[in-house]
Amino acid sequence: MTTAEHTTDIDDGPDAGFIALDGVEKVFDVRRKTGFLRRERHQVRAVDGITFRVRRGEMVGYIGPNGAGKSTTIKMLTGILTPSGGRLRVAGIDPARERTRLARRIGVVFGQRTTLWWDLPLIDSYRLMHRMYRIPDRRYAENLDRCVQLLDLADLLDVPVRQLSLGQRMRGDIAAALLHDPEVLYLDEPTIGLDVVSKAKVREFLRDLNAEAGTTVLLTTHDLTDIEQLCRRVMVIDHGRLMYDGPLDGLHEVGESERTLVVDLERELPPLEVESARVVKVEGPRQWLAFPAAASAAPLVAAVAARYPLVDLSVREPDIEAVIAKMYADRVTS
Amino acid sequence: MAERLRQHDTRQEAGAAAGDVPREAPSGLRDGTPEGPLTRALDGLRAYRMISAMWIRSTMAYRASFAMTTFGNFAATVLDFVAILLMFSQVDALGGYGLAEVAFLYGAASTAFGLADLAIGSMDRLGRRVRDGTLDTLLVRPAPVLAQVAADRFALRRLGRVTQGLLILGYALFAVDIAWTPLKVLMIPLMVVSGAAIFAAVFVAGAAFQFVAQDASEVQNAFTYGGNTLLQYPPTVFGKDMVRGATFLVPIAFVNWLPGLYVLGRPYPLALPTWAAFTPPLVAVACCALAGLAWRAGLRSYRSTGS
Repeated sequence: MTTAEHTTDIDDGPDAGFIALDGVEKVFDVRRKTGFLRRERHQVRAVDGITFRVRRGEMVGYIGPNGAGKSTTIKMLTGILTPSGGRLRVAGIDPARERTRLARRIGVVFGQRTTLWWDLPLIDSYRLMHRMYRIPDRRYAENLDRCVQLLDLADLLDVPVRQLSLGQRMRGDIAAALLHDPEVLYLDEPTIGLDVVSKAKVREFLRDLNAEAGTTVLLTTHDLTDIEQLCRRVMVIDHGRLMYDGPLDGLHEVGESERTLVVDLERELPPLEVESARVVKVEGPRQWLAFPAAASAAPLVAAVAARYPLVDLSVREPDIEAVIAKMYADRVTS
Repeated sequence: MAERLRQHDTRQEAGAAAGDVPREAPSGLRDGTPEGPLTRALDGLRAYRMISAMWIRSTMAYRASFAMTTFGNFAATVLDFVAILLMFSQVDALGGYGLAEVAFLYGAASTAFGLADLAIGSMDRLGRRVRDGTLDTLLVRPAPVLAQVAADRFALRRLGRVTQGLLILGYALFAVDIAWTPLKVLMIPLMVVSGAAIFAAVFVAGAAFQFVAQDASEVQNAFTYGGNTLLQYPPTVFGKDMVRGATFLVPIAFVNWLPGLYVLGRPYPLALPTWAAFTPPLVAVACCALAGLAWRAGLRSYRSTGS
């Protein structure tokens, strides 16, 4: 099953449209002071007609610049906000109308807002989850064990949350969101502010969770490494509209991104002249050649090797951040 | 894996249908059952209990601080009454009321307000929660938001005010010169409980207003703490318009003035029938219903506008 099919086979059983949005809109009335008592009202279309399907068990990255409508979408998916228009279903439930019922089936991690009890040992927050979500004792024990083991929490359970590092607290928050076996997990910036080791730990855990428990994961992030390492499918949103929905690789084509061939020559030469590539940088005997990311590197390498004294070479993949930035730039100019 | 997942799903559905839920869950609280008002109320109380217990434990993490703030709370409210005692060292009556009578009104208002403050006094923090976005973390929990907000920062130190109110009310009941009847005796607990409910409604309505105006906690305080201060004095001290406002606009007069003046055998400054003194429970129910509606409207507005 490729990701491309996910978006087209929308009628393929209940699992295919586990999360289903049809023309979902969110319009905010914003009032702005324009004078002493005068106020100007205008509407902001935070989410402007978004349609997508997420299959049960999928792990999808949801990215876009600040203010693009990511958080608003997540808030509608969790039932915090009521959509202004369109149809939205999560596990067959209308989130806005049945917020508490949905709450038992989803887990939410807000990267910058902890849900743990600041002054109490970590385990106390988990016990509250146990009771509040009415988790059967045995399942609670099993889930807690699994999270403690995989997220390395054993030594932290009796530590007051205020004494935890940011990375430890994030791991604690993720565990708290998973104790009631949610079918969907929303992660809002789960690796923000974490050190490299913590990031790796969190990503590894999420990958395992998705693979083993089959939890559907929707992830918003600014860290594109998260997406590269976790999500086969990525959705890009800007100005409230879905600009791209597909595999990560495809993003390069859409963004007309370029790969770079770095060649080391025997001596300094004027910029090389080869078809299908252009020199973007020269530094002594080393030159950088940009070529379309979709094209194969082999003919280019052959062409260079045939005409120039080649010593060494390497191919650099396009920077996804640059790709997305380019997409935004294109949209603004067009 | 797809099959495993589907099994997972059917197991859950079968569980919901057969009642394979944790033993503590009473029937009707399960997933999929339409939630009636009663189940919602029970769910809310349950959440309130759990969250307030967590706050108590949080405060106990700093025992010395807890002891000091409780004492401070008590001392501050005691000083409040000392001010009235000082007044009576200069005059014999306040608005035609003697010390014991003022103490009676004061004690009843203070106890009722103290109970409401103890139960849901932190609701004026709602605006802050809306501003910093932490309200969202409550909205993704399977419990009524009102209960979660009401239990927020539950503080036992507020028992200080209740204690002070009860002490003064107790003193007044001994000192005041009344021909007690069974009806008047019954009126005492009735007015305290109804009064607490009326103040609680004011707290909830004020919090609901903060969905719209997030920095309105001082407006709320004007009605709660301000209302309490108002009620600690006899109505004859104030102008008629003030008394009208407190009777008909924000009906806090039903906390202690109306029932209290009946107990003291005093005429109410406004021309109201005698039976009005017995309406506080009804007024309390009506206030709570209105506050509940205001809360729902506020929450709906938050969920449609974000912040």
